[in-house]
Amino acid sequence: MAAVEGLFTLDADEPRLIGGRARSRGSYFFPKSLAGSDPACLGDEIDEVLLSRTGRLWSFTTGEYAPPAPYVIPGEEFEPYVVAAVRLAEEGLVVLGQVVPGVSVSDLSVGMEMELALGVLYSDDEHDYLVWKWAPVGMSENGEG
Amino acid sequence: MNQKMDEIAILGVGMHPWGKWGRNFVEYGVKAARDALADAEVGWDEIQFVSGANSVRCGYPGYVSASTFANALGFTGCQLASSYAACASGATALSIARAQILSGVCDVALVVGAESTPKGFFAPNAGERHEDPDWLRFHLVGATNPTYFALYARRRMELYGDTSEDFAAVKVKNSRHGVFNPNARYTKEYDAEDIANSPMVADPLRLLEICATSDGGAALVVSSLEWAARRGIDDPVRVSGISTVSPTYPNSVIELPYLASDSWAAVGDETMTFKDNIASRAYEEASVSPDDLDFAEVYDLSSAYELDWYEHIGLCERGDAAKLLRAGDTSLGGRIPVNPSGGLGAFGEAVPAQAIAQVCEMVWQLRGEAGHRQVDGAKVGLSINHGMFGHGSSVICTR
Repeated sequence: MAAVEGLFTLDADEPRLIGGRARSRGSYFFPKSLAGSDPACLGDEIDEVLLSRTGRLWSFTTGEYAPPAPYVIPGEEFEPYVVAAVRLAEEGLVVLGQVVPGVSVSDLSVGMEMELALGVLYSDDEHDYLVWKWAPVGMSENGEG
Repeated sequence: MNQKMDEIAILGVGMHPWGKWGRNFVEYGVKAARDALADAEVGWDEIQFVSGANSVRCGYPGYVSASTFANALGFTGCQLASSYAACASGATALSIARAQILSGVCDVALVVGAESTPKGFFAPNAGERHEDPDWLRFHLVGATNPTYFALYARRRMELYGDTSEDFAAVKVKNSRHGVFNPNARYTKEYDAEDIANSPMVADPLRLLEICATSDGGAALVVSSLEWAARRGIDDPVRVSGISTVSPTYPNSVIELPYLASDSWAAVGDETMTFKDNIASRAYEEASVSPDDLDFAEVYDLSSAYELDWYEHIGLCERGDAAKLLRAGDTSLGGRIPVNPSGGLGAFGEAVPAQAIAQVCEMVWQLRGEAGHRQVDGAKVGLSINHGMFGHGSSVICTR
């Protein structure tokens, strides 16, 4: 199940982020609940839209130390992870996400094509809690799924 | 707004040294306030208004900081305001004091902020809030504050050819300045090797390049120019401009704590950024330009972040900051020293006190009282930072 409902679809092969688009103005928002930062959208209808699945890597970094709650450490011990910011051309948005496991910063370079994948954020006895992750195009099948 | 703003006087400044003291934040604020009052030669009973910069890490007393500090100094029936704007809280508190003074509501005011911080990463408030971007970024991405600093640092490397050595050189410079600051937490002079040997936190940034969380307190006594003149103070340091602007849509850079940037799809302009806009309002109010600055105090949340500010405040064109650094222009003795106080690199951050501490440093510099870190002949200084979620913060002081 989704770690937080309403932010992304659970299509295992082609997951999508769920954003908002101002009907007349045309600007996009992610998450949809943050619509409002565009002053020209005051009073505009905000439609729910699926955002592009692919984009270009804007920047990236690592998390070498365990973040505080509400981050949940998956598994027994904290494992460092990679974070990507990906530029979606059509929407004019840069969106954050963790990178799928198995990718290190040495595999990444700004401008490379990335696509959305699903990954496990953490698990309990009943569920895997899923989140969107970024993967270099062609590598998402190596991620969790 | 293109008209020069009326000025107010800064009569006194005070700080409690930054550190990890583990005591009640009220102690730090009271110490700073008493020092500022003594420096101003103003009695507590003369203060007509207290503007408190709030802390969200010290329980309820932190949310009502003006009454907390007023109580600790003794209730006199003066007017109060408490404000929170994350890292911009201190500048916000000063802007409220200025408004009260310029509108004639009061003549003389105390501005004070202090905090006692826990160890490690700043974390969001407890609870589960699916529409709070601060909660979402920790829960879904594990995006800490250094995550964002590192994304910006990596952009500099990719776009401008900055190197890890450049970033380390910022920390080395600020540590050299901080050696001379009795209020700084870190007074060790670091070299490039120390930084390269410190653990990686968020690639490419290492532990010694990321701002720590600190305890500290800072305070200002401010008044109208007329009230100062009646005290025989004809040449005070003046607050000439304050900026507390929001971003202007669309901000194309992902800012703390959001999961995405604004969308430039409708506007077509991918170059606008929040941090470019913050200083311009302060410059307008003060009727000065970047060329007029003698020094700047900028928010070096990371070593690389300081370089971003050189460009955002107009010291150089976008992409040229590392050239200024390498030329020594921003070191003490250089053309335009940046962070003569040692900056956050030497202090760590005490959130509600930090923007006030920047103003304290400006006052010492403009009075010629900064000792070994003095910028010769300083007449105009600028401080800048921003509060999470989009609070601009910049102050220009002149003498």
